[in-house]
Amino acid sequence: MQTMSKVWLFCVLLFISSYAIANANLTIEITRGSDQALPIGIVPFSGGDNMPEDVAQIIQDNLERSGFFAPLERNSMFDKPSQADEVEFGTWRSLDVRYLVVGSAQQTNSGYQIQFELMDISGQRRMIGETVTVSANDLRGAAHYISDQIFEEITDIRGAFSTQIAYVTAQGLGDNMQFGLYVADADGRNSQQVLTSDQPIMSPAWSPDGRKLAYVSFETERPAIYIQDVSTGQRIQATSFEGINGAPTWSPDGRRIAMSLSKDGQPEIYILDINNRSVERITQNSSIDTEPAWAPDGRTLLFTSDRSGGPQIYEYSLGGGEAKRVTFTGNYNARARYSPDGEQIFLIHRSSRGYQVARQDRDGGRLVVISETTRDESPSVAPNGTMVIFATQQGSNGVLSAVSADGRSSFRLPAAQGDVRDPAWSPFLN
Amino acid sequence: MQLKPLARSLAVALSIVVIAGCSSTGGTQDGDSYGSQDGSSMGTSTSGVGTGTGTGGQYGSTSGSGAGAGAGQQADSRIPEVRTIYFDFDSDTIKSEYESVVMAHTRYLRANPGARVVLHGHTDERGTREYNMALGERRAGAVQRFLNIQGVSPSQMSVVSYGEERPAASGQGETAYSQNRRVVFNY
Repeated sequence: MQTMSKVWLFCVLLFISSYAIANANLTIEITRGSDQALPIGIVPFSGGDNMPEDVAQIIQDNLERSGFFAPLERNSMFDKPSQADEVEFGTWRSLDVRYLVVGSAQQTNSGYQIQFELMDISGQRRMIGETVTVSANDLRGAAHYISDQIFEEITDIRGAFSTQIAYVTAQGLGDNMQFGLYVADADGRNSQQVLTSDQPIMSPAWSPDGRKLAYVSFETERPAIYIQDVSTGQRIQATSFEGINGAPTWSPDGRRIAMSLSKDGQPEIYILDINNRSVERITQNSSIDTEPAWAPDGRTLLFTSDRSGGPQIYEYSLGGGEAKRVTFTGNYNARARYSPDGEQIFLIHRSSRGYQVARQDRDGGRLVVISETTRDESPSVAPNGTMVIFATQQGSNGVLSAVSADGRSSFRLPAAQGDVRDPAWSPFLN
Repeated sequence: MQLKPLARSLAVALSIVVIAGCSSTGGTQDGDSYGSQDGSSMGTSTSGVGTGTGTGGQYGSTSGSGAGAGAGQQADSRIPEVRTIYFDFDSDTIKSEYESVVMAHTRYLRANPGARVVLHGHTDERGTREYNMALGERRAGAVQRFLNIQGVSPSQMSVVSYGEERPAASGQGETAYSQNRRVVFNY
């Protein structure tokens, strides 16, 4: 780590631009609801009227977006309990609600205190409850935390509402373009600018601890890979070899980055040791090898190769041996990512309709298209494996979209202006 | 498209030979409107790329540019105005209709050993971004090999792929896509 800290000493703060680009928040549009969603009521929190954020509404939006829940419309509620002992189970049963969230919010000297309780209507019992204290500027964080608790209690799956997404924005054409790298909450809000440039920015990738981003920037008029601390802005140039420096992806232990370099001719997969800056070549052939993804157990890499003629997904075992072809459906499969349990892969598949997000068992089997859009790119899996965020087109604009891993529900996150692309879902941050 | 390096070089060399050797076959719409401007033996470009039938050996006269030196040097002192060539979908083959453009840059670079060019390779937006970076590099690399075979020093050339990151035209459809699949000569 000594080398590393020395390296960081030389870091420069670049591109912390004095002009902030106008609001780059993304909004949410639900495009498809699941027919298997659980009916749930989230009652507006008492005391919430005076709050700068509607906590109950944020929770409702989160749960609906997940595809697991179908929240009851507020105007269908003729009773507004705020704690467990005020809940009339019969009232809610008649509205076909299976779960109910009640709560209250109040201001304190240093921020807010939010109290919530989750009720099982059919079982007529209180499931969980908690009082959450947050600083004045973290009301949304409290809402995401409560959403995580509710989601996990009911589904037994860890909630991913308190995570973030990184993404790239672009405006303009040809030689006159502006690019931005942003980080926002998983619901598209609270966007923060990480970098702006008049040269392309690509392929952001989160470190496993969620503190740093590796990405490709052309700011020196050719591609180089940088590693930047998201909160401090400190960064290093990790690689700047001749040719392509692309597609960075972190090892699960955070010590290495797999990438694609064309310094020896055509793009090949290499592994960079971040501490000593050495690179080890992994693939050896005359075809394109790019878009590596590290398995959650750290033992294998997926990558795209056109060694068979067109792009297909291969898996390389770091223990040695030949790379094994994984995809066989169709003539274009690229940019694969593992599910968090490593059992499945998500990738871009060219179907008869276009370029779509697809899912396949890691060991083979049937490839299933899960998106409905046809100009899709850059799938990135939520850390709990329930959703895949990806880039696609809406009209002539690049937008982010997300689809549940089972393909049943989806939503879109358009930006106010310009194109949004290259999303990367963060790991769990808490 | 998947070729081993040797096969690829041979294919490039062959396509050059073919371009040169098939001057009277087929003919694209604008095939004969250029090519003889400088009076050298250099190709009157037409179709024939990839047909594999060419045997024309009269080309490859990379040392024979003296024939047209007079007018040629005048023209070769300026960077050629046309600096972009376009490609077919999923292809890195230099189309015959752009051979005169590439040859003009060849002459300029050979006449001006101090000149440097950065070949920018681009793709259309379809497909994944990093894979397109590789395809853009392949396109620019094909132009670089062509120039090198024509006698341009490797030290005068470098390649940067922009993949699909810097489209020249916006929108979906072949009109925009065809303008975005390109290699640009940047001096």
